[in-house]
Amino acid sequence: MANLLIENLSLSFPLYHGESRSLKKTMLAAASGRLGEDRKHRLVVEALRDISLTLKSGDRLGLIGSNGAGKTTLLRAMAGIYEPVGGQITLDGAVTALLDPSQGMNFDLTGRENIRLRGLFNGLNDSQIQQLQADVAAFAGLNQFLELPVRTYSSGMVVRLGFALATAIKPQILLMDEWILAGDASFMDKARHRLETMVRGAEILVLSSHNSEIILQWCNRVIWLDNGQIKADGTPEDVMAAYLPPEQFAQAKAAISVAA
Amino acid sequence: MNMIMPGEMKVEIEVPSLVTPPGRTVTIAAAQNWRIRASLAAADLQETWRLWPLVWTLSLLDIRLRYRGSLLGPFWLTLSTAVMVGAIGFLYSRLFHQNIAGYLPFLSISLVLWNFINTVTAEGCICFTQSEGMIRAMRMPLSLHAARVVLRNILVLGHNIVVIIVVFSIFRVVPSQASFSLLPAAALWVTDSLAICLLLGIFGARFRDIPPIIASVIQIAFYLTPIMWNPSMLTHRGISAVFVTWNPFYALLEIMRGPLLGGPLAPGVWVTALGYSAALVLLAGFAFVRARPRIAYWM
Repeated sequence: MANLLIENLSLSFPLYHGESRSLKKTMLAAASGRLGEDRKHRLVVEALRDISLTLKSGDRLGLIGSNGAGKTTLLRAMAGIYEPVGGQITLDGAVTALLDPSQGMNFDLTGRENIRLRGLFNGLNDSQIQQLQADVAAFAGLNQFLELPVRTYSSGMVVRLGFALATAIKPQILLMDEWILAGDASFMDKARHRLETMVRGAEILVLSSHNSEIILQWCNRVIWLDNGQIKADGTPEDVMAAYLPPEQFAQAKAAISVAA
Repeated sequence: MNMIMPGEMKVEIEVPSLVTPPGRTVTIAAAQNWRIRASLAAADLQETWRLWPLVWTLSLLDIRLRYRGSLLGPFWLTLSTAVMVGAIGFLYSRLFHQNIAGYLPFLSISLVLWNFINTVTAEGCICFTQSEGMIRAMRMPLSLHAARVVLRNILVLGHNIVVIIVVFSIFRVVPSQASFSLLPAAALWVTDSLAICLLLGIFGARFRDIPPIIASVIQIAFYLTPIMWNPSMLTHRGISAVFVTWNPFYALLEIMRGPLLGGPLAPGVWVTALGYSAALVLLAGFAFVRARPRIAYWM
C-alpha cells in the first residue's frame, strides 16, 4: 500500500539577485548590524501556500493551473527535492519523479553508464542492472549509440533514452510532468503502451498537464492550483468544468467519447 | 494532436520487464527544531552509506571521464607528480642546503598529500553546485556529493602513492615502528575530508565567491606550512611555534609523514590534529544540519 500525505505544506523561494548572493554584501550587512533586518526583509516568492492533501493507492491526481501556479514545484516537493518551509510530507512507497527529459543524466557519460548509475541509485544489483540496460537499449532503439557519450545524441535520442530509463523502473508513486507526453509521433506510438503499463502499475499517479483530455481520461481527482494555493479539488468533471471555458470543456468531452 | 490515450491500444508491443525498487517510508518535515534537523541530516549520511556502490561508480567514472581517450590515462597524474617531485627536489635541496637522500622522500610525501588537500578543498567548494542536475532531478542524499569528491580524490591519491614508493625504494627509506598509527591517521583524513567538503560545499552553493577565496587561502597555506621546507630549518630562528606547532595542516601532514620517514609516534602532533579535526567536524556538522534542507533552493 502506497500513501502520500501532505499537511499544511508551504514553500517559498528566496530571491538572490546577483548582489545579495555575494559574501561581501552579507559580511557588510553583518558588520553594520543589518543582518537580522536583512533576513526579515529577504525577498521570497511564495510558491506554495498551505497545501494539504492525502493520496492513497488507486488515486490518480491531475494538477492543473496556469503557468507559474506551482504545479511543478508541488511535484518537486512531493518528490522530496524541495524540502518544505512549513508543514510536512509523508511518502510511503518507492517514488519516481519524471520532471524533465534529462533527469539528472551526465551528458559526458555514455548511455550505458547513465543507465548503470540510475540502477545503482535505485539499489539494484548487478544482474538487475544488466536487465535494466538490456531493456532500455531495446526500447530506446539506441543500439551502438549506447556506447557513446550522451552529449553526442540528438535531442530526440535524449528524450528517448530519458523516457526508456524513466519507464523501466516501476514505482509505486509516480510523479509526472507533462514533458513526457510530448514526443515525435512515431516514438509516441511505441511509448504509449509502455507508459500506460507504468501508469497502471503505479499505485499513485500525480500528473501535471495542460492537456485537458489526458486529465479527464487518466485522473480520478483533479486539483486546480492558482498562485500556489488550491483553488478547487474534486472529480475531473467538476474541476475541469470550472477551469475550462464551456466550449473547450465540451470539446474535450467530445474528444474522449470519440476515443472511447 | 500527438499524445497518449489509454483507451486505444493498436500497437501491441512486448511489455518490458519492469524493475521495482524497494519502497520505504520517508517523512520530510519542515524543520522546526534542532532535533528533527539533526535526525534528517543523520538519515542523509546513512543513506549515502547505503548507496556506496553509487558513490564508488560515480567516482570511478569521474576519473575515467577525465582521462577518456588519453594514452596513459590516470597515470598522467603519477607522471606529473613524479616530474614535479624530481624537479623541485633537485632545485630546493640545493637552495636549502639539504641532503637529497633525506629531502626527496620528505618532499614526495609532502607534495602528494598536499595535492590531496588542495584538490579536496577546491572540488569540495563546488561539490553541490556541480551536481545541480542530479539535485534538481531526484531526491538523493546530499552528503553523497561530498562523499563522491572524497572518494574520487582518494583514488587519485592511490595513483600518486606510486611516486612515494619509488622514491622510498631508491633512497632506501624504512618507515618506523610507529607505522601502525597510519591506519587511524588515514581514518582521520577521510573524516576530515568529508567534513571539509560538506562545509565548503554548503558555503560554495550559497555564496558563489567562496571557491576563489579558498583557493587563495590554500595557496598561502602551502607556503606557510612545512611542505617544501623542513620544520627543522626553523627551529633555531624562534618562529616555529606559529608555523609549525599551531598549524593544523602541519599536524595533519605530520601524523602521516612522521612514521613513514622513520620518526617516532608524536603524541603532541596527534593532539593538535585531533583537536583541529574535532572542531572541523563539529563545524561541518552544524552547517550541514542547518543548511541541508536549503541546498536544493540555492541551485
